[in-house]
Amino acid sequence: MSARTLFRNARLLDPASGLDQAGDLLVEDGRIAALGKTLRAGEAEVVDCAGACLAPGLVDMRVELREPGAEHQESMETGAAAAVAGGVTTMVALPNTEPVIDDVALVEFVARRSRDVGLARIRTYAAATKGLKGRELTEFGLLAAAGALAFTDGGRAIADAVVMRRALSYARTFDLLVMQHPEEPSLAEGGAMNEGEVATRLGLAAITPAAEVIMVERDLRLAEITGGRLHIAHVSTEAAIEAIRQAKRRGLAVTCDTAPHYFALNETAVGDYRTFAKVSPPLRGEGDRRAVVAGLKDGTIDAIASDHSPHDQESKRLPFASAASGIIGLETLLPLTLELYHNGHLGLLEALWPLTERPASILRLPAGRLALGAAADLVIFDLDQPWRIDVDALRSKSKNSPYDGRPVQGRVLRTVIAGRSVFLHQG
Amino acid sequence: MSAGTPSLSFPHRHLLGIEGLSPEEITLLLDRSESYVEQNRQVDKKQSLLRGRTIINLFFETSTRTRTSFELAGKRLGGDVINMSVQASSIKKGETLIDTAMTLTAMHPDVLVVRHPESGAVQLLSEKVDGAVVNAGDGSHEHPTQALLDALTIRRRKGRLQGLIVAICGDILHSRVARSNIALLNIMGARVRVVAPRTLLPAEIERLGVEVFHDMAKGLKDVDIVMMLRLQTERFHGSFVPSIREYFHFFGLDYAKLAAAKPDALIMHPGPMNRGVEIDTAVADDIDRSVIRQQVEMGVAVRMACLEVLTRNLSNAAPAK
Repeated sequence: MSARTLFRNARLLDPASGLDQAGDLLVEDGRIAALGKTLRAGEAEVVDCAGACLAPGLVDMRVELREPGAEHQESMETGAAAAVAGGVTTMVALPNTEPVIDDVALVEFVARRSRDVGLARIRTYAAATKGLKGRELTEFGLLAAAGALAFTDGGRAIADAVVMRRALSYARTFDLLVMQHPEEPSLAEGGAMNEGEVATRLGLAAITPAAEVIMVERDLRLAEITGGRLHIAHVSTEAAIEAIRQAKRRGLAVTCDTAPHYFALNETAVGDYRTFAKVSPPLRGEGDRRAVVAGLKDGTIDAIASDHSPHDQESKRLPFASAASGIIGLETLLPLTLELYHNGHLGLLEALWPLTERPASILRLPAGRLALGAAADLVIFDLDQPWRIDVDALRSKSKNSPYDGRPVQGRVLRTVIAGRSVFLHQG
Repeated sequence: MSAGTPSLSFPHRHLLGIEGLSPEEITLLLDRSESYVEQNRQVDKKQSLLRGRTIINLFFETSTRTRTSFELAGKRLGGDVINMSVQASSIKKGETLIDTAMTLTAMHPDVLVVRHPESGAVQLLSEKVDGAVVNAGDGSHEHPTQALLDALTIRRRKGRLQGLIVAICGDILHSRVARSNIALLNIMGARVRVVAPRTLLPAEIERLGVEVFHDMAKGLKDVDIVMMLRLQTERFHGSFVPSIREYFHFFGLDYAKLAAAKPDALIMHPGPMNRGVEIDTAVADDIDRSVIRQQVEMGVAVRMACLEVLTRNLSNAAPAK
């Protein structure tokens, strides 16, 4: 059957093309069939957007889903439900599951589960090294053919310079991307938070912010000598952002992203040992937080990923140094990013681009645009509606969010995947 | 304030740290301690203030002197004191800190005295129990009763804390004693210096209100008090300092380095000492200068005062009990 849906009376936003105008969008057979000021409904089902924003569905380039292996913290079902509630239509899972996704069969497993769940599209990275051990490379070519989007050891840096050099070099053979966790592990070992006055007062072993730029600079050199494509995950320090800015000016094939907690919070969120504010890399000082905002503004930082990292209570109700690192983020990604718009740091399209076309193009995904013929993966949101984040109302199976009670603006009203509404805001 | 007028209030349910206490609250604790110093020198050291009260010493890290000091303090006030060492047993079986807290709180202890190797662990535990909690040392964070007993020792010898120059020397990075003392001495108006090699100082320590020195001769110049810290020998393996010999040469307290301090400067150490590592034996045993033994004596009195004021605040602290 030919399914047609007309989204009428929307504020159409397409960051990649610069489109920001009132109009209608017609979906036919799951694809965008027309965009325009006033389209004729004809046989189509009509959805009146009542002036709300209509943008490409968000592309979240880094989440942890805990399946297989720790489904009590998050499963593909609960993760995908959280995703669509947050306006995310495509997300890319890290390979740090149990077992590790370092094998073709496991990449195929993720694709199959994504189809079964039928909500947000779930894609996956593959491990760059077997078992995330940092020594032997995985089968990049075969894994990519099976659907792995890029290669990374997730929250572990590929520490050995020779291994990293070979990963970048071998990846170039097939024009593949290597994603690195930017932290020199020997400088971070045993550390629980950012080095500085707060850690000193709390008596917590600390990680120098320089651990980030040291790894980033090394990897930029390795990318330069190998010609490999490098993506640096969750940058959080001024020095690392500046190093990437310079590298881009030299024409290096490097991209990077950050996560909302690196511009929405700083190290003072740790307060009196709040383990929900424990994350890796750690929350930084105010100067670094501002540098992240500046990096988004001038485009040095290409993308914003939620870094969704679910942990159960038992992993977080521990003394700070023993607690797990991570923050859930799928359902707070959009409103926290929109803070940058509401506070005047970014234009609306500037704020949405790192959530849509830019991560999609880094990963060469056909997503993130309002383009004719593209899959109708859409998010409709009220830009201004104020609300308070309520952790208990989040769909994620884990509740480790430091944002409980935070007032935000911008609410997802409807999420559409291939023309099908998979989420509707109630109330 | 003399004994017998305990009307001043101590508005905290727990004693988790020095940070957050007012000068008046610290003075109250020191004044109450004074009365117990005298009592502890009598033949009959026992009171009945804590009769019927249960105090559990919950130690997740080995300690002899602090545990014994709290045990004596509780018993001399007439309370029932139970010692629990947890490092070996339940934690290894997978029981969490919270589970331990819940189990113990079901037994209705009035006071939990807790030591834990991780910073913040005692506060976490305090959020889950009904009684009062005393922090007997959490990781590298705080050790409030040590700072109070140091303050009492100083005040008894110097008559005041205000205006004194105090140098804290050695492993500041890992020291909860240093953090509690820096906080207390600042609150009470003393001037605090820290003296250590750069590898044993945490970042931005000057923001805590201290002057930073890396040279003992300069750091000890004209000080009233020299507080030495214990250097844990495992620090050598972590290459914080290259050798005991080198550490003692540059940072160990001997008479040559002490010569920079005021002639009547006092020498303190929280114990247990590493003789020949951070302190020379002759200096440690100098009966005119070293107050290390008095610190131990003051410890019992200070802990009695802390138990007293905290049990007074318990919700069930009716006179009938």
